[in-house]
Amino acid sequence: MIAGSTFLDTLRFIPHHAGLLLDKTGETAELSFAALGVALAIALPIGLWLGHKHRGLFFALGVSTLGRALPTVALIAFFLPLLGIGLWNNLAALVVLGVPPILTNAYFAVEGVEADAVEAARGMGLTELQILARVELPLGLPLLLAGLRIAAVFVIATATIAGIFGGGGLGEIIGDQGSYRLSGVLAASLFVAALALLTALAIAAVQRAAYRRMSPST
Amino acid sequence: MSRLAAGPIIPSFSQGSSCERNNGWFCTDWLHQHWGDTLQPALVQHVELTVIAVGVGFGISFLLALAGFRFRLFDLPIGVFADLLYTIPSLALFQLLVPLTGLTVTTVEVALISYTLFILYRNIVAGLRAVPDEVLESARGMGLTRLQTFIRVELPLAVPALMAGLRIATVSTVSIATVAAFVIPEGLGEPIFTGLQEDLFKTEILAAGLLAVALALGADLLLVLLARALTPWSRLT
Repeated sequence: MIAGSTFLDTLRFIPHHAGLLLDKTGETAELSFAALGVALAIALPIGLWLGHKHRGLFFALGVSTLGRALPTVALIAFFLPLLGIGLWNNLAALVVLGVPPILTNAYFAVEGVEADAVEAARGMGLTELQILARVELPLGLPLLLAGLRIAAVFVIATATIAGIFGGGGLGEIIGDQGSYRLSGVLAASLFVAALALLTALAIAAVQRAAYRRMSPST
Repeated sequence: MSRLAAGPIIPSFSQGSSCERNNGWFCTDWLHQHWGDTLQPALVQHVELTVIAVGVGFGISFLLALAGFRFRLFDLPIGVFADLLYTIPSLALFQLLVPLTGLTVTTVEVALISYTLFILYRNIVAGLRAVPDEVLESARGMGLTRLQTFIRVELPLAVPALMAGLRIATVSTVSIATVAAFVIPEGLGEPIFTGLQEDLFKTEILAAGLLAVALALGADLLLVLLARALTPWSRLT
C-alpha cells in the first residue's frame, strides 16, 4: 500500500519537525487572525448599523453572494501585481474574503431582533446606540458569531494558499513538495486542518455560551 | 506541488502586442488570440467540475437528509461530520486525498463534493422540518399515507430552502474549484497559475478570475429562475 507508507512517513515527519510545523502554524494563525481583525473592524460597524436601520437588504445579500463567488486564488493573484509579493497582498486578499460573511451575518443578526424588544427599549429612553449595544447586539450575538466562524474558516483556508505566494506559514511547506516531500506536505496539511478546526470550535463554544445566556431559563 | 517553481520563467507576453509587452491589465488582442486555446477550454472544464460536484453532492446530501429527517438520532452526527469536512482548508483537503486517489479528477471531485454536503444537508433538513404541523395534520385528514405526505406535501414545500442551498453550494464550488489547479491542470485556476508563472501576466490572471466570478453569478441567476419555475405558488402572494 503506497498510501499506508505515506501516512507512516507523515507520522514520522511530525515529531522530527515539530518546531518547524509549530512555527509555520503560528505564522498562518498570525496572518489569519490579523486579517480577521481588520475584516471585523470594517464589516461589523457597517453590518450592525444597516441592520439597526433596517436598510440595505439587497446590499447585504449581494455582498454575501459576491463574497462567496470571489475565487480565492484569483484574488491573491490579482493583488500580487498591485501590492507586490509578501504580507500586504495576502492581507488585502484575506480581508476582502473575511468581510462578506461578517457583514451579512451582523446585518441579519440585528435586523432579525424582535421589533417589540427594540420598541420597549426606545420607550425606556435608550438612545439608538444604546439600543444597538444593549438590546440588539446581545440578542443577535449567536448569529453574528456564526458569521465570524464562516469568515475564520474562509480566511484560514485562503491564508494557506497565500503561503504559496510568499505569505509564509504552512502553505509554504504545502507548496514546496520538492524540499519537504509528500510526508511534509501532508503533515502541514494536517496542522492547518487542526488550526481551522480548533479556531472554529473555539468560536462555536463562545456561540453556545451566548446562546445559553439569552435562553429564557436563565 | 512546486508548480510555481517548476521550469524556467518564459514571459510569453514579451513577443506579443505592445499591451502584452507592457503587461497591461486588459490586453484585448491577447484575449482574442487565446480565448479558443486557453480560456474557453478552462471555462468548460470548470463548468464540468462544478456540475459533477454539485450534482453528486446533492444526491448524497438528499439521501443523508432523508436519514436525518426520518431518524432524528442520525441528524447530529451527520451534521457534525459535514461541519468538520467544511472546516478543513481546501488546499489541505486536496493534499490529504492525494495519497489515496492520486493527482486525479477524483481527488478534486471528492474534495469539492465534501464541501457541498455541509450546505446542502443543512438546508434540505431545515426545509423539510419547516413544514407547519397544521399542513401535515390536514394531509393526514385527507387520508394521505406517510409516503404520499412526503412526496406531495413536505418535499414541494421544502423546495425553496433546497434551492437556496443549491445556490450557495454552486457559487462556493465555482470559487473553490479554482484551487483544483494545484492538483490537476484543469479549470479556471489553470490560466491563473500560468499567468503567475509567466511573470505575473495580468491580463490572463484577471480574465480567468473575472470568468470565474461571472460563472458563479450566472449559475446563481439560473438557479434563481429555476427556483421560481419550480414553485409557481410562491408568486401568487
